[in-house]
Formats: sequence, structure tokens, C-alpha cells
Amino acid sequence: MVDLLEKHRGIADRFQRMLDMGVNALGVTNDQMISPTRAIVGNREIILAGTNNYMGITFEPSVIAAGQKALAEFGTGTTGSRIANGSFAMHKELEKSLAKFLGLKHCIVFTTGYQANLGMLSGLAGPKDTIYLDADSHSSIYDGCTLSGAKLVRFRHNDAADLDKRMARDDNTEGGKLVVLEGIYSMLGDRAPLADFVALKKKHDFQLLVDDAHSFGVLGPHGRGLGDEAGLEDGVDFVIGTFSKSVGAIGGFGAGNHPLFETLRYAMRPYMFTASSSPASIATSLAALEVLAKEPERRQRLWDNSKRLFDGFRALGLETGTDVVSPVVAVKMPDELTTIAKWNALFEAGVYVNMAVPPGTPNRLCLLRCSVSAAHTPEEIDRIITIFKDVVAA
Amino acid sequence: MTEADIIPTICNLLGPYNPEHKPLNADTDIPAELNIDSVGVLDFIMEVEDHFDIEIPMNVVSETRTVGDLARYVATQKNRV
Repeated sequence: MVDLLEKHRGIADRFQRMLDMGVNALGVTNDQMISPTRAIVGNREIILAGTNNYMGITFEPSVIAAGQKALAEFGTGTTGSRIANGSFAMHKELEKSLAKFLGLKHCIVFTTGYQANLGMLSGLAGPKDTIYLDADSHSSIYDGCTLSGAKLVRFRHNDAADLDKRMARDDNTEGGKLVVLEGIYSMLGDRAPLADFVALKKKHDFQLLVDDAHSFGVLGPHGRGLGDEAGLEDGVDFVIGTFSKSVGAIGGFGAGNHPLFETLRYAMRPYMFTASSSPASIATSLAALEVLAKEPERRQRLWDNSKRLFDGFRALGLETGTDVVSPVVAVKMPDELTTIAKWNALFEAGVYVNMAVPPGTPNRLCLLRCSVSAAHTPEEIDRIITIFKDVVAA
Repeated sequence: MTEADIIPTICNLLGPYNPEHKPLNADTDIPAELNIDSVGVLDFIMEVEDHFDIEIPMNVVSETRTVGDLARYVATQKNRV
């Protein structure tokens, strides 16, 4: 008998090597959440600098109250998919509210951000089509592309000229073409040069999708994402986003203006064959969206904090993932063992960041990845910088 | 262009992914024997695409494990009318 799990022996050995060096960096347990930026782990208070809680909205009283009300009035769950069980009114209200926020005609919500990528990509593209995806795309994009059955062509990260070259090689005249970008790339924190890609639409016939998972609420004068920041929303055909970062809940969405957009509900298996979002998740997402729209100063605080951390790290001589200020501030490490050791030392000193190692990172980089929150105080940002100075830059 | 012509080029392109300088031939299982992770394999395939100016869709990558498999695919693409 071939043991099915034996193929994962290498992963088990690698994981054990990490455990032998200290804490399980991939499975920290927050025993108590004190605020969006503080948790109790064991008996210690930790500054959270790796939770993607960009807007710091998870403890907002109005959002919590909305979730509690929905729990009381609509119950704990929907117990099935919207196709089978029907929708709750608040699902449709959230879709309408999101479409308005985005300035788009249509929006479909999903149970998670991962499922939004699986659903949208597999709904938009099929076996006769071609998807061109950035090499640094998130795993959910890779998985959604695979599920679509489309021909998949990978282009070099943020390189529109490389995409141009690869599109010129294509001899598929039968199917459609979809180009997939991300607003902010999750590991290094850099953004897609949207204007370069939109310009290519004049030369090649394709539709453009932007995954704004890390940029929804964060980029642009209205917080709509990369298209909003670049002033090129008309050049983006489809937008994907998540509720698990700036919105502080769980869920995801796809949106666009295409007249057949609503048909996707009946073509996306990850939408059709899974239970819909729980009432509390929908209600908190709706309430959080209202806060994001009413309080643009949160976005300004996020950027002020991001610049403070970025400048602080650069002053220490640390090599960051990108040369521009971003809410994702990743520090490059020389190798995996050093990364694990430094992560443990940071954690011991009182700050939680993400340990990111290959193959989850581009170019086999090892990273200590920070994500900044609008809820971080300047003192917390300075404390993070001081701890990095003592632990990483020393 | 034949598979035999292509194999030495593929072996050269594998250089940066073969730090232990393992001997390479048509039967070398690229991910398994060189211990290249999934992203590394895709990065290597991009180098092959650009060197030969052909398209190797990701869907094909999982079916081309050995140097010989890849050379066969490259030859097919290069010799297409």
C-alpha cells in the first residue's frame, strides 16, 4: 500500500525544524484580543503587526452592534447556498451597498475572499479562453485559474512589456483573454503599474481583472482600490475584493459593469455549491463599509503609519520588499533559518509579524512581513521599529 | 530542431536551479531530482519560453516532468508550421 500522506514527509520535516527553533510561527494562538493591534498570547501582550487589519475596524462599536443585532434577528447561519436556500435581504443589501461604494453596476458577494477568486476566475474564463496572470499572483488566483480550465500563461511580475510579448506569441483566436493583476501584492507590498497594462488593451483584445484584496479601502481617494488611485477605473473590467482585511470581517466580492455579470451567479461553482455568508458576517461587512465611506481619515492614518514604519526600517538599513511606501512592509532576510530565528526573537520581544518563506513568496525570498493598521498608534509603530532595530538590524 | 538539439540548452537553462551540480540528462525529473518547488519550476519554464520564443502554458507544465518531456514539447512548438 502506498501511504497517501508519505508524500508530505518533506513538509513535516521542514515544519519540525521550525518547531525545534522555537514557537510555531505558522500557528500562533491569540488567547485574547485586546484591540485591533494588541493580543494576549500565553501570558504576554503582543503588538500585532501582521494581521492585514488595515483599517483597524474589528473593534468598531457600531460594527460590533450590527453583528450582534443580525445574530439575534437572523440567527447564527444560513445553512446553505443562496442558490438552494435563497438569500437573506442583507446579502442583497450588501451587494447594493458595495456596488455603490465601487461606482459599479453589479456586485456578487462570496463566503470568503479565496472563494471570490475561485468563483470569479472560473466563471469568467473557460477551456477555450486564455488567462494571463502575473507571476507573483496570490495562490487563490492560481487556484481559480486552474479551476477555470483555461489556458494559463504567466507573465513576469509587474511587466507589461513581458505581457505584450507573451500575448503576441498567442495563437488562440477562438477564445477570450483575461489579464489578472493585483492592486497591492500581498508579500512585497508593491502595486501593479495599472496604466501600463490598461494601455495594452489598445493593442491586444482582452478584459482586465484587478484583485484588490489588499488595496480595497486602502488605495485611491475613495478607497476603491488600484483603479481609483490610478484614475483608471474605466480600464478595469472586473474587480475582486475581500472582507477579511480592510472590512474586518470575512467574505469576498466580485464586481463589474458587464450586462451579463449577474449570470455569473449560475456559472460559478464556488458560489453555487457552498453555504452563503453568515448573518453576522454580512451585517458587520455592511456596517464596516459605512464606516469606511464616512471616515476617510482612517485611510490617512494608515498611510501615515505605513510611512512611519517604512521610513523607520529604511533608516535602520533594512532591505524592504518595495521602494515605495505601502501598508505591507516586508523585510528581506538572507535565508530560511535566519528568518525563523529572527521571527522568534521578534515574537519574544513582543511583536507579531508574518514569517513568509518559499514557495509562498516570489523569487524564493524569505521575509519578515509586517502589515500596518490605521489603529496602530505612533508609539506602537515606533516600538515595532525599535524591536526590529534590536533584533533584526543588530 | 530536434529533441537532441534542445536537451543541452534546457540543461544549461537549469543551471541556476541546480546549485549542487547534479548530472542532467533527458531522464532527469526536474522538480523531484533538483528539488525545485512549484514556483521555481514555473520560473524556469519562463526562461525556456523566452529562450525559444515559444509559449508553454502552465497547463502543460504538470505533464512535462523530465528534461526529455520538455524538449519534446519545445521541439513540437518550434517545428509547427
